[in-house]
Amino acid sequence: MSIGQPTVRLCHLYPEHLNIYADRGNIAVFQRRLEWRALSLEVVEVGLGDPIPSDCHLYYLGGGQDRDQMLVADDLVQKANPLRHAAHDGAVVLGVCGGYQLLGHCYSGADGRSMPGIGLLDLETTAGSSRLIGDVVLDVTLGGQTRTVVGYENHAGRTHLGGGCTPLGHVRRGHGNNGDDGCEGAVAGRCLGTYLHGPLLPKNPWMADTLLGWALEHAGFGVDLEPLDDGLESAAHGAAATRAGRKR
Amino acid sequence: MPSLPQGLAAGAARGAGRLSQKLGRGGGTTIPGLLLNRLRPEATAEMALAVPGGVILLSGTNGKTTTARLVRAALDASGTRVVANTAGSNLERGVATALLNAEGAEVALFEVDEAALPGLIAQTRPRIVTLMNLFRDQLDRYGELEHLVDRWRDAVAELDPAATVIYNADDPAVAEIAARHPNSVSYGIEDPRVGRDRLPHAADTTECRHCGASLHYEMVTIAHLGRWSCSECGLARVQPDVRATRVELHGLDGQRLAIATPQGPIELSLRLPGMHNSYNALAATATAVALSLTPETIGPALAKREAAFGRAERTQIDKVKVTTLLAKNPAGANENIRTMLLEDHPLHLLVLLNDRTADGQDISWIWDVDYEMLLDSDQLASLTVSGDRAYDMALRFRYAGFEPDRLSVVPSVPAALNAALQSSSSTGDLYVLPTYTALLEFQAVLADRGLVPSFWEDR
Repeated sequence: MSIGQPTVRLCHLYPEHLNIYADRGNIAVFQRRLEWRALSLEVVEVGLGDPIPSDCHLYYLGGGQDRDQMLVADDLVQKANPLRHAAHDGAVVLGVCGGYQLLGHCYSGADGRSMPGIGLLDLETTAGSSRLIGDVVLDVTLGGQTRTVVGYENHAGRTHLGGGCTPLGHVRRGHGNNGDDGCEGAVAGRCLGTYLHGPLLPKNPWMADTLLGWALEHAGFGVDLEPLDDGLESAAHGAAATRAGRKR
Repeated sequence: MPSLPQGLAAGAARGAGRLSQKLGRGGGTTIPGLLLNRLRPEATAEMALAVPGGVILLSGTNGKTTTARLVRAALDASGTRVVANTAGSNLERGVATALLNAEGAEVALFEVDEAALPGLIAQTRPRIVTLMNLFRDQLDRYGELEHLVDRWRDAVAELDPAATVIYNADDPAVAEIAARHPNSVSYGIEDPRVGRDRLPHAADTTECRHCGASLHYEMVTIAHLGRWSCSECGLARVQPDVRATRVELHGLDGQRLAIATPQGPIELSLRLPGMHNSYNALAATATAVALSLTPETIGPALAKREAAFGRAERTQIDKVKVTTLLAKNPAGANENIRTMLLEDHPLHLLVLLNDRTADGQDISWIWDVDYEMLLDSDQLASLTVSGDRAYDMALRFRYAGFEPDRLSVVPSVPAALNAALQSSSSTGDLYVLPTYTALLEFQAVLADRGLVPSFWEDR
């Protein structure tokens, strides 16, 4: 990294425990899309017992197995204050799948046990009797633009939003937050959560660039992200949308 | 529908199989069993009970087909008459179909899908169960690994105490399940030279099963397999009963293994490449030892076996040597890549990614494969991606840092093979990495060129 090159500092939370749906693909997208524009990404990995830095521009929480998510939840609620402060000051937060649930108030399991969340998003999740699995197509509005977002979902949790956040997208194909209300994910300011993996960002580069733009702005760099050749991304996006529209 | 008498149900099922084959609808490896289970649900249990030497079940995420073939080779060499589901039809219906042809067999040997294992343990009351490994695989179909671990544990608890459990001591999840059973034989790799000191990205099951602390690895072989122990509560891998004390990997040509068994040592020249096949050979050896076969029988029998369908299978197309390496989950794909990198020539690669039911519809697993190893090596000479989700595969390589203009994306499999052959004609070594249904498609393309037999002819 050269001196003076705009750098986004990303805090990757629990990379060893929350990585079940190829979360490192999302991190790779952040990194490459900055590098291709002569910008850079610095990754701070935070595991069980490590303190969370408050000076990162982007925070990422992936998905994990139930057992791992339980371990992480207890650790995270004890040390989440720097993350809350950073989010309050305008840092970007992205939670996917289990990470999305952890950003809410709590997760009530099928066995009656409850797992705490950190309440950055005003939502609650309860375990359903079946898993919601399959291809998803959404209409997502972010930063004043509406685009199609594609991905794959696989979750037992049924998430319901409170008044403090809005849905990330509206479901055109798939189940979404709970299979009932046609909504998927949640947004409050620059804090986002979604069930979509696949991973999420490689096939939705517009979303990646929107988040990176916010993170750069929060970092104090007035950088316009120049367009990249996203031919392969568009083709993969199209293939996933076609797949979602077809009966399996 | 009431249950039909055994003879009638079996007759109808056999007839359906012959009809299916005659109509060219496949090899009849599943339809008879499917029908039989409908007509007489208790038929599998009855037929299994009638096999005089009992039933052997082998299961795990990776290596089932190859290991079953190795055990079969040892049994054949000992003159034992075996009934088996060697065409890889490894659900309840495939086992039922195979049992329809069990007349005269002394032993039944079945490779079993890991999710189907608990049901088949209940139905067939096996004499031997071989538990090979549990890796992250097809999350949309199997669910989380932990749920599978729980189901296996419950199934093993229901086993007859006199039954033998053969298990991989290097897999902490499998070892914990098997340790509860009174009668077991463990296997594992002891040679420190083939180990690594760090867990790869796609490692699961790295917490202690008793206390939840992070496991310490003295050496890592594949994914979360290795010599593990818990520094908190002291739970640790046992020294395996059947163990590879020396592993010499010779690229795609195969390997030499020195195996210690309770019945004496085996020096094995195996024609199957890679450390995943070291484990398969150990699983087969441990199973054969439990069947009272001698080292003198086991060693030569295993040495003769060639690769199973699509598992490091080699074909010549004009001047190009084509090697097919089935890759359907991160642990398997990583081993294939590491085996390819043992070769000292440029690698031409054709990666085929499908997302059909048998492949797993969720393709996020490709992001857990360490394809970066290929890019770091300078050996990758050309890359073609193909299949239903060719563009997702292209993105995987693009974000790994592979220049998009060096990448050919050809969704149609026959066209992709032509493109890849053209790229590789200069050096003559093409490696094909297909998912399961892509492998079937690819083999059909080869069959059209008159190159390989159809898969149900494989025995």
